[in-house]
Amino acid sequence: MEIHMEYYLVVSTIMFFAGIYGFITRRNLLAILISIELILNSVDMNFVVFNRYLFPEQLEGLFFTLFAIGISACETAVAIAIIINIYRNIRNIQAKNLNQLKD
Amino acid sequence: MGYANFLYMKGELSLVAIIVILFIYDIFGSKKSLQYYQPTACILLLIHTLINLLPGSETVAFGGMYHATPMGSIVKTILSIGTLLVFMQANSWLKSEQIIIRRGEFYLITLSTLLGMYFMISAGHFLMFFIGIEMASIPMATLIAYDKYRNTSAEAAAKYILSAVFASGLSLYGISLIYGTTGSLYFEEIPAGLNGSPMQIMAFVFFFVGLGFKLSLVPFHQWTPDVYEGAPTSVTAYLSVISKGAAAFVLMTILCKVFAPLVTEWRAILYGIIIVSITLANLFAIRQQNIKRFFAYSSISQAGYIMLGVISGSALGMTSLVYYVLVYMLSNLAAFGVIAAVERQSGKIMIDDYNGLYGTNPRLSVVMMLALFSLAGIPPFAGFFSKFFIFAAAAEQGYYVLVFIALLNTIISLYYYLRIVKAMFINKTETPIEHFQTDAYTRISLIACSAGILLLGIISAVYEHLNDFSFGM
Repeated sequence: MEIHMEYYLVVSTIMFFAGIYGFITRRNLLAILISIELILNSVDMNFVVFNRYLFPEQLEGLFFTLFAIGISACETAVAIAIIINIYRNIRNIQAKNLNQLKD
Repeated sequence: MGYANFLYMKGELSLVAIIVILFIYDIFGSKKSLQYYQPTACILLLIHTLINLLPGSETVAFGGMYHATPMGSIVKTILSIGTLLVFMQANSWLKSEQIIIRRGEFYLITLSTLLGMYFMISAGHFLMFFIGIEMASIPMATLIAYDKYRNTSAEAAAKYILSAVFASGLSLYGISLIYGTTGSLYFEEIPAGLNGSPMQIMAFVFFFVGLGFKLSLVPFHQWTPDVYEGAPTSVTAYLSVISKGAAAFVLMTILCKVFAPLVTEWRAILYGIIIVSITLANLFAIRQQNIKRFFAYSSISQAGYIMLGVISGSALGMTSLVYYVLVYMLSNLAAFGVIAAVERQSGKIMIDDYNGLYGTNPRLSVVMMLALFSLAGIPPFAGFFSKFFIFAAAAEQGYYVLVFIALLNTIISLYYYLRIVKAMFINKTETPIEHFQTDAYTRISLIACSAGILLLGIISAVYEHLNDFSFGM
């Protein structure tokens, strides 16, 4: 028995919108970063599923996924470095304390 | 494939060579020899610009992944000239006590973002495009956080990287849906698979949001003022000009080449976004007191004007877009050169601090005035001609109402640009910024910018030269 493509797509869509929800509602910078990771991973899943079910004769989607994973790792590394820098400066990483720049 | 394909990537290769040379110099150079670091970087970049000055011909390499056009190579030249000007203006900041130990990194990171933009411009495949855009935006966050011991720098960097990554996530989701519905990621092959189904329109909107963040169009502009204020001034100059120019050109090529079958949809989206961007940004700019925030809103509204070239989708639109980017770059870099010099000298960044600047620093004030007049579009300066051409391109496609709204907004923008001119020339104060000398590099870059503002509009050969290479839908 094979699992249909739609099931994967439902999971990835839920992950994507959960990520967006988290990005908007979370108050801790690390939690925001985790939400972003959810978004990026749902995209990876989409690519793999489309490649596997719709265009199995080529590998474009799989390659895209590999690069996307690598690049999201870079993004996380830089973001965490910046969050550590913030922690050194103001001793916490709550988004509500990032309020020195405003109108 | 053969390694001969690499020879087509002349611009990228010479940029990589510069990065490697500067990297080795930075690590192994003795303390004494490192004082020549700045001139070396500038000269290498100048040589790179000169080598790649000729547009070359259209080439496709690596099975369509890399697609170089003559217009793309002109944009690359414009971007590297801008980077050179930023390097010259950044010199005095980089020589300050806290920064000098990390000076080499500034050049390396800046050049690698430039390399990312190069890849983005000549991408022929969404993978190349994605790698390019990330290569341009991730190092940018580290540049913004460059002032390690200043709170606001880190705060701005956090805001930038979180919104940039979020935007690229949305963009990627759009790309994945496009892949699912068309079965290809090559720019050449996608248009054949686009049929305007709701799924594809949704995919396009997601994709567009990602680039909208890069260009900081309203409603994706929330990060811009904070980041511009928090970043070191030279980085702000780079961010507001180079990365925006690259993103605008890439957006135009992708909309015209890849999304040509969805033209009615994207024109409708752009129509609304242009009106909102120009108007809202202008209204917000009026009430700004901090000059860097002020320029952030000014750059949002300028991005709206640049989009007028995109919406036309014609060859004329592309010419006027590239011309607009060139003129906008020179004007904005002149303004930021003055801001950086004043901030370096006195630490003052409010508009009120510029009161009476003309009395003490007449030459800087005149440069600033030229830049502001050009941004506002007052006739003898280049900014007038760039606005004129871009309005002509949009009007040619029948967007009369849109052009009229943009024109009305030009008048509003005149008010707030003149506010700074008034502060410098008319307002009196007891304690103006004292007279000071800027260093030679800043002076040369300001002279170059002013010359560009004065001459570019009058020398029509520039515009005609651009027009020879442009392409539309």
